[in-house]
Amino acid sequence: METLYVICVGVLTSCGVYLCLRGRTFSVVVGLTMLSYAVNLFLFSSGRLNLKDAAILGMSESYADPLPQALTLTAIVIGFAMIAFVVILSMRARADLGNDFVDGSEPADSNKFIKPNRDKA
Amino acid sequence: MEQGATMSLFWITAILLIGAIIPVLTEKFGRTINTLATMLAPAIALAYVISLLPAVLAGEVIVEYLEWIPSAGLTLSMHLDGLALMFALLILGIGLLIILYARYYLSEKEAVGRFFSYLILFMTAMLSIVLANNVLQLWMAWEVTSISSFLLISFWSSKSESRKGARMALTVTGAGGLALLAGLLIIANIVGSYELSTILASGDLIREHSLYSVALILVLLGAFTKSAQFPFHFWLPHAMAAPTPVSAYLHSATMVKAGIFLLARLYPVLSGTEMWFLIVSLTGLITLLIGAYVALFKHDLKGLLAYSTISHLGLIVLLLGLNTQLAAVAALFHIMNHAVFKASLFMAAGIIDHEAGTRDMRKLGGLWRFMPYTATLAMVAAASMAGVPLFNGFLSKEMFLAETLHSSALGFLSWMIPVLATLAGVFAVAYSMRFIHDVFFNGEPKDLPKTPHEPPRYMKIPIEILVTLCLLVGIFPEFMIGGLLQAAASSVLMTDLPYYSLAIWHGFNLPLLMSAIAITGGLLIYAYRSHLYRFQAQFHESDEKRVFEGVMQQLVKLATKAHDTLNNGSLQRYIAAMLLFTIGVTAFPMIHLESAKTHFPDQPLSGIEITAAFILCLSAIATVIYHRKRMVALITLSVVGLIVSIAFARFSAPDLALTQLAVEVVTVILLMLALYFLPQKTPAESSPSRVVRDVGIAAAIGGLVATINYAFITQPIDTISEFFLANSKTGGGGTNAVNVILVDFRGLDTLGEILVLGIAGLGIFNLLARVRLAMPSSNENGLPWTQDRHPPILAVISQSLLPLALLVSFYIFLRGHNMPGGGFIAGLITSVALIQQYIAHGVDWVKPRLKIEYQTLIALGVLIATLTGIGSWFFDRPFMTTWFDYFDIPYIGEIELASALIFDLGVYLTVIGSSLLILASLGKLTSAHRPTAEE
Repeated sequence: METLYVICVGVLTSCGVYLCLRGRTFSVVVGLTMLSYAVNLFLFSSGRLNLKDAAILGMSESYADPLPQALTLTAIVIGFAMIAFVVILSMRARADLGNDFVDGSEPADSNKFIKPNRDKA
Repeated sequence: MEQGATMSLFWITAILLIGAIIPVLTEKFGRTINTLATMLAPAIALAYVISLLPAVLAGEVIVEYLEWIPSAGLTLSMHLDGLALMFALLILGIGLLIILYARYYLSEKEAVGRFFSYLILFMTAMLSIVLANNVLQLWMAWEVTSISSFLLISFWSSKSESRKGARMALTVTGAGGLALLAGLLIIANIVGSYELSTILASGDLIREHSLYSVALILVLLGAFTKSAQFPFHFWLPHAMAAPTPVSAYLHSATMVKAGIFLLARLYPVLSGTEMWFLIVSLTGLITLLIGAYVALFKHDLKGLLAYSTISHLGLIVLLLGLNTQLAAVAALFHIMNHAVFKASLFMAAGIIDHEAGTRDMRKLGGLWRFMPYTATLAMVAAASMAGVPLFNGFLSKEMFLAETLHSSALGFLSWMIPVLATLAGVFAVAYSMRFIHDVFFNGEPKDLPKTPHEPPRYMKIPIEILVTLCLLVGIFPEFMIGGLLQAAASSVLMTDLPYYSLAIWHGFNLPLLMSAIAITGGLLIYAYRSHLYRFQAQFHESDEKRVFEGVMQQLVKLATKAHDTLNNGSLQRYIAAMLLFTIGVTAFPMIHLESAKTHFPDQPLSGIEITAAFILCLSAIATVIYHRKRMVALITLSVVGLIVSIAFARFSAPDLALTQLAVEVVTVILLMLALYFLPQKTPAESSPSRVVRDVGIAAAIGGLVATINYAFITQPIDTISEFFLANSKTGGGGTNAVNVILVDFRGLDTLGEILVLGIAGLGIFNLLARVRLAMPSSNENGLPWTQDRHPPILAVISQSLLPLALLVSFYIFLRGHNMPGGGFIAGLITSVALIQQYIAHGVDWVKPRLKIEYQTLIALGVLIATLTGIGSWFFDRPFMTTWFDYFDIPYIGEIELASALIFDLGVYLTVIGSSLLILASLGKLTSAHRPTAEE
């Protein structure tokens, strides 16, 4: 089980890192989301993998480690706030700069700013 | 040594620091009052130092400590021994004279208050150097002298040469300061203490250490740059762009002497080795010669004095490098003498400049007629500089010449030292002669800007005092400074002093002959100087300023180029670099990580886990493969998130599973909304080599993370959670340990967390306010977006589900303390329920029906959480102590009420406020209700 678990964490990390290394905002956002899954699983597992004992007192003999769970819980929520901020930032960047490129120089075929056209929308 | 009962030494610097503000405050009361007020602080300090004089002369060393950060072992410590006393008297005494002089030198239009402030600041720093009994303290003060001298040199900041000169001085002395810091740290590390008194007592330990040579070179770099020794001497002539009082103070008596002070201070620990004698004596000798030779050819009065200073500094350094004890005594003697005569010469040069309008000796001449009194004073000082008998300069120079004869610092070539020293003496006489003859005699002045005359009465007082000292020391040396010199010398040598006599007349001996040669030779050279000038004119005179600026510009260019290469704007490139570095620092130690071996075998696998893992990996890889089709990537991404929440549920973390699930829903809605405004597809633009690089980095990082993860989850667990499990019910009143940790044990963390969440929400709101976003009219294939309004079935279902969803979230919220649930999860569920209304009905429909300001909700949530925490103060408990009790309510039964529940309410409201503020603000962009800054 442990082996399989860490393989999953490793795959998620790799995919997240690869996507973060792409030059467009949306790929980076997706990559960051994936990376935060990996990090949350990683941190969570510091309490070891426990199959049957939730940390609810009186429900079982032994309990899973509640501390990593509590920390991971807030990490999930903060992670959401971060992803939201980054995605809105990328929208703002596209609105102000006219493209979603974050890899330095702008390529020739970048998505140019499209004029607002509210009548059809 | 004794520990002082009072902190009197600290008062010296404290009073001076206060004194640094006084000039600015008293500037408006007129120049005389301003000057007197400025002199007050140094005068008090001087009086105090003089009151300590008898004790120090009797051999006492005053040491005082002030606990600063005792826990970090940092103590401020000061001491006053003979050497420090000698320097303190010079700094304060000459400083006072300089202030008086500057009052007449600077015109009324100039910012005199600021000038005096800088000057006192500099004085404070200098005193802190000499009084410091801690090497870090010494170094700090050292740097402050560099900075305050920069301010002083660039006082006339409108002049280009002032700025350049100041920058050059700061660069050279600052760089030297860094080397000094490194050297001092090495020494402190060898000794194991930053206390100077401990270091001074560990000379042998330091000299025998393998790092001795490194430390020595670093310290010498610091001292030589500060004291303008060859090859770093070039900054001093350019620092002459400073107002003359500054030159007289910094570049004769104090700042340049700081380097020499350091050599003298560390003399007991660093000297005594072959390396010290060789480097120090050679550097001093070269500087002595170059300075003396070049000084003769400078047409600028201050330029001549600057090179003469370089030469004299070289002389002192050479003395410290000669391997006899008497040489060190002579060095200290010459420090005092040089400070006295050179300060008065600089002031005389300033008067000439002030009253004649130029310092160019080719224009000056015959000033004797106009200012005989000043001329007399200048002649006495110049005679002292040249080493004429009956003046103080003669005595120390005589001692110097005698010591050069006894030296063996250069081994078999040591005979060169006296010969070259005499040669330098010849030039010293020649340039001193020129200073007097070219200015006060030698024909008539040529096109001076104004008619020269004697300066104001009080402007001459400082020079008179110093010149009197020259004479008195020159005639009655033993009486005047015998005791002080003895005290200073014993703190430098730290042994019994060798016999020496301060008499004027030692009979006919070799040093006297050398002096005679120097004087005769100097006069001859001056008489035939035109030949030398012609010879010298053949050389192309290089301007150090331009060379220096050139080097600086090259450096800047190089730095810019390096910066541009590294910082090309590609964020991915920075990430890649950081990741590669991370791989490097993590992978290397892991090769040797023996303890990471498995400690217990894997738990058995079941079909569920294998299937889930398979789907997870497949979806993750699919997300990467299809990442350019953004909608597809989003769908596969949501599958990954779903499996993650299932994994939490599987591994006994119901709270996490619920949170992850709710967050997943909100995230996917958010990303879909964002995708509407972003391009739907990513063009293929990564080059094959780039893909290979990124796959490599990603695989390496993934592999490392997995390895680390495996290494620790197969270790036996050693956790602090036993405490939480044991106290969750008794101390926090809840059985759900995770929730109790969140709202009770680690409540402060949670408070910070919801603050971050709120800030993120508000930040997003601001980013979206007044955003000029394109509203796409079609998708990427050119198909227009549908004009259909909201599907009725979704509208009906979601509307009828809303009460139920709110009820569920309320239930989850209430039970959170004992069962999986709580404010975070309940808040997210409520948000999802409300967002669904937005999706089903559109913003236009929701807006009039849900009149809640989400910003207010965030503020309210944070406020409630904070107030709950503050509430415990009213019961004399620390911040965020929770309270709970059980109540028996009729018909309902016994229930528990805890203050943590109110805290959780704050969490609940903040989560709703933030997530809805984010999504609603974004959603509004698709409609006419775009948020504006006013909203």
